[in-house]
Amino acid sequence: MKPHTLSVLVENRAGVLSRVAGMFSRRGFNIESLAVGTCEEPNMSRITIVVNGDDGVVEQVMKQTNKLIDVIKVSDLTKRESVERELALIKVAAETGPSRAEILQIADIFRAQVVDVGSKTLVLQVTGDAEKIDALEKLLRQYGIKELVRTGKIALLRGAKTVKSSK
Amino acid sequence: MKTGARTLIEALQREGVDTIFGYPGGVVLPIYDELYDSSIRHILVRHEQAAAHAADGYARASGRVGVCLATSGPGACNLVTGIATAYMDSIPIVALTGQVPTALLGNDAFQESDITGITMPVTKHNYLVKDAGDLDRVVQEAFYVARTGRPGPVLVDIPKDVSTGQVLEGKPVPETVSLRGYQPTYQGHVRQIEKALDLIATAERPLVYAGGGVVLSGASAELLEFVEAAAIPVTTTLMGLGAVPGDHPLCLGMLGMHGTQSANYAVTECDLLVAVGVRFDDRVTGKIETFAPNATVIHIDIDPAEIGKNKKVDVPIVGDVKAVLQAFLSRMQKRGDTANWVSRIGTWKAQYPLGYRDDDHLRPQYVVEQLSDILKGEGVVVSEVGQNQMWTALYYCFKKPRTWITSGGLGTMGYGFPAAIGAHYARPDLPVVDIAGDGSFQMNIQELGTVAQYNIPVKVVILNNMYLGMVRQWQELFYDRRYSYTELPPVDFVKIANAYGVEGLMVDEKAGVREALETALATDGPFVLDFRVEREENVFPMVPAGAAINEMIGVRQQ
Ligand SMILES: Cc1ncc(C[n+]2csc(CCOP(=O)(O)OP(=O)(O)O)c2C)c(N)n1
Ligand SMILES: [Mg+2]
Repeated sequence: MKPHTLSVLVENRAGVLSRVAGMFSRRGFNIESLAVGTCEEPNMSRITIVVNGDDGVVEQVMKQTNKLIDVIKVSDLTKRESVERELALIKVAAETGPSRAEILQIADIFRAQVVDVGSKTLVLQVTGDAEKIDALEKLLRQYGIKELVRTGKIALLRGAKTVKSSK
Repeated sequence: MKTGARTLIEALQREGVDTIFGYPGGVVLPIYDELYDSSIRHILVRHEQAAAHAADGYARASGRVGVCLATSGPGACNLVTGIATAYMDSIPIVALTGQVPTALLGNDAFQESDITGITMPVTKHNYLVKDAGDLDRVVQEAFYVARTGRPGPVLVDIPKDVSTGQVLEGKPVPETVSLRGYQPTYQGHVRQIEKALDLIATAERPLVYAGGGVVLSGASAELLEFVEAAAIPVTTTLMGLGAVPGDHPLCLGMLGMHGTQSANYAVTECDLLVAVGVRFDDRVTGKIETFAPNATVIHIDIDPAEIGKNKKVDVPIVGDVKAVLQAFLSRMQKRGDTANWVSRIGTWKAQYPLGYRDDDHLRPQYVVEQLSDILKGEGVVVSEVGQNQMWTALYYCFKKPRTWITSGGLGTMGYGFPAAIGAHYARPDLPVVDIAGDGSFQMNIQELGTVAQYNIPVKVVILNNMYLGMVRQWQELFYDRRYSYTELPPVDFVKIANAYGVEGLMVDEKAGVREALETALATDGPFVLDFRVEREENVFPMVPAGAAINEMIGVRQQ
């Protein structure tokens, strides 16, 4: 059992996300994360799904996803060279004083940006792979995380290769 | 300009639709108004579930797409069991539903239900049409998706204002459908086919395991030619009955939970399993770890997701069964030496025939045998679900594809009678018989109204054991004979039939069976035969749940 990152190219139509998500839950496949948005092709969207399972399960996931009429292409990026990123926004308690300075220092190390400064809180924006975001979250916990949101992973193949239509 | 409803009817006509099974209601009034003087025949059923089953029966008997129509909300919801039944058996139907006007969508309007949402898990695809201008394209796509690739049901939901909306006249419709997300593979991979043929040429104990895919793809002739050319015995699933003639010397009958002993032994002993248009369903395989334990497996199926889903496959061939078998036939150069194996199987067949107690009691198997003897495979036999279904599968000799219609995957009680109605409209030239259980028949008994209204010559043969027999059998065998809520009090089915204006006959003696069947078949219109059979007869042989398929109970030895 290990996480696989699937890149799913779909028709940009009403209901397509619920078709994909419904098929996953119906067949008992576990979605670790899911991110969806438009892509380079007009009328198409790209869904990046991280799913847990052994190779047999992931093969079934891909085949069943491919069967959906609105799904144009499914690729497993895990076995190929790809860049993977996630973005998180973290609202952390930061009263003026030494803790605020520490938080800013940590943010700096993680190349996180401060996107909002309040009198009692800071909002940090961080991008990276899941482990990096986990690590930052862990470090900030001692100061008090008020709110946290993550986009779910998005991914692209490295180099000139692409995940394009034509099943 | 023309209305959306008119556009819909014309689109259906372009698809060659001659019959629709349906039930009207508020939001489909514009469509019904167009049907009023259309060339398309509409059969008014008595419950929307029956409309879906009738469309399904029509599709199975004809190989064409069946069509049903219902109103929004309750009407659409009543179709769901029928759509799910078609989905599980990969049957091409198009279900048309009315929907509340687009402006009210999502408002919990009167008789609104999210039928595209509800049917997403049980349709191959579905559409909510929001613009009358899309109707031509959507209907064309719906039929295309339903009948191509691995067939299946498609639902098209049409809001009332789309039916009444205006569409430009004379807009050209594309000749062919092309969907970038849907491109089924029809031709098998040549290298895989060669690999399969090599295995076939060297196997000593090969076995073909053929299923509904053979029937759906119209590949019976190719399959028969192949097994004869390669001298390979063949067993079929419940859905595959009729794909090869049941009385063919190479045919072992059905395999699985209620399979024949020879079929199940052959699976267990074979060294090469050629699986054709099947999906290794648990009712077939029993304990999957011990299914065909000695065999190399070749699997031919149009749906790549079926390959390797339940059983590890050595040579996967994705493609249309007919096309792949044609490639087999044109490329096959050598066949294996299977003479010993074929004779061993012949010995099993002689040693372990099907059988039941042949005394003077009226036993259900006898009724089926008599019907088989009268029809000689020249009719369409439909079944309900339960013991009646298994006895029909075992004791009726199917000789041609599309002459056997049953709900396999979903096992829907109440399916048979309305499906038989659909089958009649597909094959008006053939007698259509629904072999029913007393429980199942009562699930859609209201369709007596339909057969009476249109004088549909469907014959209902009730194997009346006054039990939910199959469940009672499990209670007898595995629950210490505690018959918890499976006894059905006697019903006077003849009186019910008569009340609808349908003829009927009750038979409680073995001696009366043949004549009653002949009388019913000789009658022009519908007929109900109520056979009061031995109440606690069981379906044997049987593989208990979770056992290996060669571990059968209730076996006989000659
Ligand atoms: C709609 C539905 N409900 C419940 C079942 C479970 N079930 C399977 S067989 C059976 C009994 C069928 O009784 P009957 O139609 O009299 O047939 P018999 O087995 O007696 O021949 C039942 C309840 C089912 N298959 N379908
Ligand atoms: Mg019964």
